[in-house]
Amino acid sequence: MAEAHHRHSERALRAHLILVYVFLYVPIIVLIFLSFNEAGLPTAWTGASVKWYAALASNETIQRAALNTIIVAMSSTLIATTLGTLLALGIEMRQKPNSALDALLFAPMIIPDIVLAIALLSMFSLIEFTLGLHSIVMSHVVFNIAFVFAVVRTRLRNFDFSVIEASIDLGASAFTTFWRVTFPAIFPGVLAAALLALTLSVDEFIIAFFVSGAGPSSQTLPMQIYSMIRFGVTPEINALATLVILFSFVALFISQRLNKGVLTT
Amino acid sequence: MQVSRLQTSLLIGPGLGWLALLMVLPCALIFVLSFFERGIYGGIDYVYTLENFARAADPLYLGIFLKSGRIAGFAALIALFVAYPAAYAISRAPRAWQATLLFLAILPFWSNYLIRTYAWIVLLNREGLLNQGFKLLGYSGEPINMLYSESTVILGLVYNYLPFVILAIYSSISRLDPQLWEASEDLGASRLQTFRRIILPQTAPGIAAGLVFVFVLSIGNFVTPDLLGGGHVQMVGNLIYDQFLTARDWPFGAALSFVLISIMMALLFAQAVLTNRAQRGGNG
Repeated sequence: MAEAHHRHSERALRAHLILVYVFLYVPIIVLIFLSFNEAGLPTAWTGASVKWYAALASNETIQRAALNTIIVAMSSTLIATTLGTLLALGIEMRQKPNSALDALLFAPMIIPDIVLAIALLSMFSLIEFTLGLHSIVMSHVVFNIAFVFAVVRTRLRNFDFSVIEASIDLGASAFTTFWRVTFPAIFPGVLAAALLALTLSVDEFIIAFFVSGAGPSSQTLPMQIYSMIRFGVTPEINALATLVILFSFVALFISQRLNKGVLTT
Repeated sequence: MQVSRLQTSLLIGPGLGWLALLMVLPCALIFVLSFFERGIYGGIDYVYTLENFARAADPLYLGIFLKSGRIAGFAALIALFVAYPAAYAISRAPRAWQATLLFLAILPFWSNYLIRTYAWIVLLNREGLLNQGFKLLGYSGEPINMLYSESTVILGLVYNYLPFVILAIYSSISRLDPQLWEASEDLGASRLQTFRRIILPQTAPGIAAGLVFVFVLSIGNFVTPDLLGGGHVQMVGNLIYDQFLTARDWPFGAALSFVLISIMMALLFAQAVLTNRAQRGGNG
């Protein structure tokens, strides 16, 4: 009787878990499915077609936004990965816990986007800084540093620093040691962190929206998507949303393969 | 290896400098701005005042804070009730599957927030999939508008933050010693008793982390109330947005932001204290 009850509750748990996955993925799957809908509006199915993808490819506003997004994401990833990795190296070598520093490096992950956005906008406008793609890059580096730092630091925790010692004892310079010993050991972690940063930057909307300045020249894809949702849904949006979300999934998947647990710790 | 303080400072310096200039400084500026008066044409008059904070306590704005707190609170609780059994189920799955199951649960969390929110508009609008489903089931009345209400906003928040709660609870369950519940069951406790007396208290830090995280991210949210509330549901995030981009009252917007950050910090601090105490309790 207890055994039957046991099996019953195990089955209920499993059913619940399956429902949770359904809840998480059905909206996304429906969206992807509808992006191939012949009819423009995201409603009744009228037959399969890739015409909205074609429309997307020939839409100059979207091409421009895509290019801007690539520039912003690549630049902010490059800067944040470099600075975040160096930070993680420095802090792990110091080996002296500093909780104020930990809090500071954790802050960008939890400050509400809207607050960071207005804070940056206030500062930029106070010093009369010209806004544009470069100000989006500078702002995205802020939260990306924190994520890169967290990922690389976890990787370093499992790294044996005595290897560095050995390398120096054997006569290698600090520079050689870094490139030959330390860097190869943490490289998969750094790459995984960079992919995560890239995804976060590609997807970020609010901060970019505030610090991009007026005018279409510094519109990014999320800003484009937002205005498509907010001010009248255009048929291309499902196709665009599908491409962006598939990009995220692929980048995150590779990131997880490179460094197990990058997303789950 | 002897690493000099200078060497580590060189490594740490650039990153910290970036955060100091583009995070600490702007946030400090917001703090300072909140004590100034609004200029006649939307600028800032550098005259000290506490007026902005007094205004934030005005019933109109206080009401928005309370409403945001209520929405965030519901979102956090619902997410917890959905996530707990899911995390528990993952922890009971065969070892080899657990990493994959967890990855699948967290994957949406790291992907595009706007698009995940938009997906619900597609499902819930008057001509959306759910209404069409109702029609197929024989419903012939007017299509039901499921968008633009407080419940829709809560649904959106739960949807977006659920993965994180699953992760937080899974990691605290996986830290439990399996011998604990074996011992409990051997000693004759029922599964419910084992759960209530052993598992639930031991996973309290995970529960607290999940609740606080969802609450903090929800109360300052802008996109979800904006898109799924369709202008009918105003939360603090929308209010701050309006002060900066529509009303152009930056000092008041700054004061609101400051209050918001203070609420969040207090909660995070409480959670850190709780986690610390639980860890010390576990060791002692």
